[in-house]
Amino acid sequence: MAETVLEINNLESFYGPIMAIRGVSLKVEKGQIVTVLGANGAGKSTLLKTISGIMDPEKGKITFNGTEIQGREPHRVVQDGIVHVPEGREVFPLLTVEENLNLGAYTRNDKAEIEKDRQLVFEYFPILAERRNQEAGTLSGGQQQMLAIGRGLMLRPKIMLLDEPSLGLSPLLVQEIFGILKRLNTEESVTMMLVEQNARIALDTAHFGYVMEIGRIVMEGSAERLMASEDIQSFYLGHQEESQRGERRWKRKKTWR
Amino acid sequence: MEVLQLLVSGLANGCVYGLIALGFVLIYKATEAVNFAQGDFMMLGAFVTLGLTNAEYMHLPFWIAAPLAIGIMAVLGYLLDFFVLRHLFGQSQTAVVILTIALGFVIRFVAGVIWGHEPQTLESPLALGDVSMGGVVLGMADVAVIVVTVLMTFALYQFFQRTKLGLAMQAASQNQMAAYYMGIPVKRVQGLIWGLSGAVAAVAGILFASKGAIDPNAGLLGIKAFAAAVIGGFGSLPGALAGGLIVGVIEPFAARFLAAGYSQIAPYALLLAVLIFRPHGLFSQVRVKKV
Repeated sequence: MAETVLEINNLESFYGPIMAIRGVSLKVEKGQIVTVLGANGAGKSTLLKTISGIMDPEKGKITFNGTEIQGREPHRVVQDGIVHVPEGREVFPLLTVEENLNLGAYTRNDKAEIEKDRQLVFEYFPILAERRNQEAGTLSGGQQQMLAIGRGLMLRPKIMLLDEPSLGLSPLLVQEIFGILKRLNTEESVTMMLVEQNARIALDTAHFGYVMEIGRIVMEGSAERLMASEDIQSFYLGHQEESQRGERRWKRKKTWR
Repeated sequence: MEVLQLLVSGLANGCVYGLIALGFVLIYKATEAVNFAQGDFMMLGAFVTLGLTNAEYMHLPFWIAAPLAIGIMAVLGYLLDFFVLRHLFGQSQTAVVILTIALGFVIRFVAGVIWGHEPQTLESPLALGDVSMGGVVLGMADVAVIVVTVLMTFALYQFFQRTKLGLAMQAASQNQMAAYYMGIPVKRVQGLIWGLSGAVAAVAGILFASKGAIDPNAGLLGIKAFAAAVIGGFGSLPGALAGGLIVGVIEPFAARFLAAGYSQIAPYALLLAVLIFRPHGLFSQVRVKKV
């Protein structure tokens, strides 16, 4: 059995007055990429924010390497080794690329090791090395996404939470970034939890997947199994397999409803 | 030659405005709140120094009293954030504005009760008297104020560029959410920024009081400093200083070359012009976020 890094049990979380997460349970094992798929407003981002301590859960447990961490201050969660790469990049626009990376290592004090990780980031994202003295706000969207991921790596995280890294990027860039994520996972064995709307690329990259709808997990399974599932194909991958009666897609019911 | 004289006294005033404006901007960038008591912080810093060093009060040597006063103001700034402002988190901006305006009144009256409402002079080694060279009369206090401000600016610049805390402060003011994600204890950093702006206000106060008498209403020049901050581009530290210098220099020149009365409105006329033609200020750092 692989070692479980992150386990979530019956988590409930409110986004203002709205119950955004209604009893979610899931597991991330060491060295895996686990993806959570779902449409807009399914509660994926809230789930990640609750893990990283930006939001407090109403109920439920988050266990990280054997200790419960729900409701902790965000900077304590980072110290534990959980890094959150937020939706929409959120780099520090007026700081240079290098300063942005340094901030990723804010909670660390081991200078020599930090330098090694900086070299590692530059190895995976050569464009960042080229632009190290440029203000992050002047980078293109794809470069900013790379910077956000690189900044996350600077913590040398035990798990990386990625919130829609494909958002607003061209298909080619999405391919490139997910290719790098996959390499980071196999070569550096970075454990990842990946939240995505782009189901195809997420399932191509991940080992295991969950499907979230209106705050609940409605389906789970290995990436291959989900990819093969008819529901995923028609509702998330957009396959148009007409049945003999010419059945329309929007009239079909999902099996979990 | 007269121009030089006007320029030096204008720059010296401008330095004080600039430092107060810097306090406005520091807090605004970090917490998105405007501390309308910043001018009164300046006045309080001056009076604390005066209370520590003047002969009729505690009579400490100036070089002990000044750092002590700066320290006291820094602690006061931090505590103010810790006990009051942090609890307004999530309230509307108006609440913070009203609170800081009220705080300004409180500081003014407390200072009046402790040190009296009469103008007093700080026994400062920076008050060097005037030097006349070939028809030009330079206030040495003015020159000292300019020198100290330059040194202070340099020190602050180094602090923000070279130290981890300085970088964290920049990060927290540029993108608060991302700062949380980096593991920066944002609330503590914001408290420290309040402390820093208290310290800067104290320096401004000491410089101001070295140039002349001070009374509890001196803090009202915070309004001019606010105008300076807006002219420079609220949200830019170099802009705040530059705005202060511009306002400071305009005043004596307007007083000398324009008809009586115009010097008072000159800074505000400039403020209006800037708001119309460059609404983000002269040195703004506005960047549209890419999605």
